Amino acid sequence: MGVSINQLKKYTQIDLPAEQLAHELTMAGIAIEGIETADDGDKLLELDLTPNRADCLGWINLAREISALSGADLTIPETFIKENDEVIEDYIKVNIDDPQLCKRYAARVLKNVKIKESPQWMQDALRKAGIRPINNVVDVTNYVMLESNQPLHAFDYDLLGGSRQVLVRRAFAQEPFTTLDSINRQLDEEMLVITNGEKPIALAGIMGGENTEINDQTTIVLLESANFLGTNIRKTSRKLGLRSDSSIRFEKNVDPNGVIYAINRAAQMIHELAGGEVIKGIFDAYPQPQEPVSILLRPARVNYLLGTDIKEAEIKSCLEKLRFKVTETEEGFLTEVPTYRPDITMEVDLIEEVARLYGYDKIPATLSYGVTQPGGLNSEQHFRDRIQDILSKNLMEVVNYTFINPASYGMICLNEQDKLRNSIKIANPLSEEQSVMRTVLLPGLLKNIRENLARKNDNLGFFELGTVFYPSDKPLPLEVLKVGAVVAGNAESNWLKNVIPMDYFYLKGLAEDMLSRLGIEEITFTAAEHPAFHPGRTAKVSKGDREIGIIGEVHPEVCENYNIKSRVTAFEFNAAVLFELSQPIKMSKEITRYPAIKRDIAVVLPVTVTYAEARQLIETDQSGLLQEVEVFDVYTGGQVPEGYKSMAFRLVFKSSEKTLTENEVIPIVDEILARLKNQWGALQR
Amino acid sequence: MLEKLAGLDKEAQAIIAALNTIEELNEYKVKMLGRKGEITALLRGLKDLSPEQRAEVGKAANEIKDKLEAQFNSRANEIIRRDRNIKLQQEKIDVTLPGLPMQSGSIHPLTRIRREITGIFTGMGFTVEEGPEIELDYYNFEALNVPKHHPARDMQDSFYITDEVLLRTHTSPVQVRTMEKMVPQIPVKIIVPGTVYRNDDDATHSPMFHQVEGLLIDERITFADLKGILMQFARKMFGADLDVRYRPSFFPFTEPSVEIDISCVMCGGQGCRVCSHTGWLEILGAGMVHPNVLKYGGYDPEKVTGFAFGMGIERIAMLKYGINDLRLFFDNDKRFLEQF
Repeated sequence: MGVSINQLKKYTQIDLPAEQLAHELTMAGIAIEGIETADDGDKLLELDLTPNRADCLGWINLAREISALSGADLTIPETFIKENDEVIEDYIKVNIDDPQLCKRYAARVLKNVKIKESPQWMQDALRKAGIRPINNVVDVTNYVMLESNQPLHAFDYDLLGGSRQVLVRRAFAQEPFTTLDSINRQLDEEMLVITNGEKPIALAGIMGGENTEINDQTTIVLLESANFLGTNIRKTSRKLGLRSDSSIRFEKNVDPNGVIYAINRAAQMIHELAGGEVIKGIFDAYPQPQEPVSILLRPARVNYLLGTDIKEAEIKSCLEKLRFKVTETEEGFLTEVPTYRPDITMEVDLIEEVARLYGYDKIPATLSYGVTQPGGLNSEQHFRDRIQDILSKNLMEVVNYTFINPASYGMICLNEQDKLRNSIKIANPLSEEQSVMRTVLLPGLLKNIRENLARKNDNLGFFELGTVFYPSDKPLPLEVLKVGAVVAGNAESNWLKNVIPMDYFYLKGLAEDMLSRLGIEEITFTAAEHPAFHPGRTAKVSKGDREIGIIGEVHPEVCENYNIKSRVTAFEFNAAVLFELSQPIKMSKEITRYPAIKRDIAVVLPVTVTYAEARQLIETDQSGLLQEVEVFDVYTGGQVPEGYKSMAFRLVFKSSEKTLTENEVIPIVDEILARLKNQWGALQR
Repeated sequence: MLEKLAGLDKEAQAIIAALNTIEELNEYKVKMLGRKGEITALLRGLKDLSPEQRAEVGKAANEIKDKLEAQFNSRANEIIRRDRNIKLQQEKIDVTLPGLPMQSGSIHPLTRIRREITGIFTGMGFTVEEGPEIELDYYNFEALNVPKHHPARDMQDSFYITDEVLLRTHTSPVQVRTMEKMVPQIPVKIIVPGTVYRNDDDATHSPMFHQVEGLLIDERITFADLKGILMQFARKMFGADLDVRYRPSFFPFTEPSVEIDISCVMCGGQGCRVCSHTGWLEILGAGMVHPNVLKYGGYDPEKVTGFAFGMGIERIAMLKYGINDLRLFFDNDKRFLEQF
């Protein structure tokens, strides 16, 4: 289905083949997204109209566009109506209660009509446009709508009852109404209805009522040609979930000055197809007639904005091709825009009209004039790129939806009172699974692990640099950039080397490497507890009193909730804090040309003493010669008594002034051993 | 004695040539040339000879000594080289076995494309701006010339938080935010990469996706500049021999508006499934900044003009990497991610 080219030929001459016509229309902003061939060989254009050019839903308007491009004449079918001697006012009176929502309401009455099937040509024309033929009267209203873009409605006048009047008013709260599709609807005070003075007979601009439907017994027809406010029709249509050929037109605003042409054209056609007589006159309620606007177009402004050198005469000719009335004044072209083009309200709209008729492809392509300025990323943007670069050495970057299932918070075992559960809710989510904005990255990352394991992908390491959202007392929530990582399985197992499990220490290594490369030193990892993590394998990460985030093995209960069988380790850091803490990298260690002396010591310590504590004590050395402390073995069991562990450290001594001798180092090592012994009774192994 | 020497020489030469290890060679060298060695012992007998004989024999003995020394060395070298060759042979590996994986991580294709787009525009003097993902209706719609209940809102179904707050449907709100921040300075020359949301989920729509927005405001920025800069971009991104066409379109926040198509990168414009047999691919929406939007941003549309553009990162990534399913970007399947 689509717009029949044979139909369009009734209004303007078309010599181009369908493909060429479609191309030219597309390049003029009336996009044709496909061409269909009808059974009779006719070509049907599938329109993909932009919302500002909904007028081209009407055949005559589309033909006018074609004629502007081709220069051919436009023929609008003329109307001749033979009216009888009765007067419309004796049949119907129209009152508009809300002229804001109903700008115009015109009515005509025809009597002694005979309802029957439409002739074949009419049925064919409707079917090509995707409309089902009903009967001659209804078909005419649809045909005229397709042609003129003015939706029409026909009522069975005898079923109108009441006081033979039309009253256009807002519906009452919960007012019931059954539309033509036999659905009972409940209306509200925002909705506009056509009534017979008492009860609704149509949902304005959207659909008629079952109570006044044209039927085989109908002999008197009340024709409606009206104009309703687009935004209100759109609102009602959305609320009721009811769209119609009429509502999609009214939503995008229809020309109120097209009402009379359409009602006359329809009356004439009904008379031709259904016989009967046309009652004299139109009851036309039009409280505030809309006049065409006149807009000044400055030819210099056209070229100024487009970067072109289009002659004034050509500019004028573009406007005249569109059948706009142009008056030359001192300031420029005073252009009267017909009311069927409500999209044109400003000079710049006219400039677009000139540009598209002139041809976008004919406008030159230049590189802008102006001061050149350096472009680039700022330091924070560079910093984020660096985080990705560093982590992507070992981990794969993922991008997760930022909306999550609120049940995720339970799945990661957050306490009921946890403030992270307080997340921004989407009022109209696609589903419960995507209904709140995340406050943590972990649920997404765990989902990545689960789904990959389910697809038999193993040895997984992912990271994500993404935003989390916290409610705030400001108009907008707080958005914080986080960097999270998750690992499970082994680091790249291969045919040659032993596997390295991706556990706490693996991920901590990646984290330390990242932090150090980002220029963040002196980080502390302190044993911590968090409901989502293993109570004995979790650390709070901080620098001084600034908390950076958390790292740890994910709690087995959480893994169970995600149906993950393997151990998973994760971290989540606040990237904004990282950026604040990062220092420009500077050379901090002197490269001494004097050789270093290395000494290894192994001491037995109570298991409760942490590496960090032991190291801190070792580093209190005052000699200034101890440059590096490195743990190279931690051991329990065997000859080490229960409750104790053995730790082996490598101490590196260096001087920037001279070559050190054994004799200078021995007392320092002894002193370190003595300190360890005093503090924890540590014995050397 | 000369005969004896000659005999020793001959014997030693044969033995040296027959020795097979450095250890044996060293042992024999000591036996022959050491302080208690045979030659040394022989030379000790020199004192019993006449001075003439002594000179003659001594000379011959030293010659033999030097000669043997050289022979020891050369044999030692032979053995070392032979042993090394044996060792090298034993160390032979299957050079066709795979190298060890040096890197198991990757950067997401959307990040890669975002960086590539950003790189092209920063190279043309654009700076990068960002804005909130949860946005006020005012910035997302109203200040972009889309009042409430405007039919253009149908083009972008929104996720709402409240009546006035929503998940931004495009990166365009950053246009007005940046203008407010910079006014009255010119030029405003920015691109805005970011995450955006629309209430739509099917094979060709993801409820969350990514865009890059651009804005250039200055004195005398024209539609011709829009064409020039975006053509540069299209050709840098997709290839220098590309055809670019400009189609009139509609966006509430630009006027005139344009959609930019490139000749299909899959079929070269011949027509294929990817370009729906049109030969063209739509990659960008753009236009001259609407005077109302300039006013919302605090600029006088009579004094400055500008153009704006926007594109979907997913779409560009699909075209550039030949990805045929939008969902792959958010599935985060290792087999997909490891290809980038």
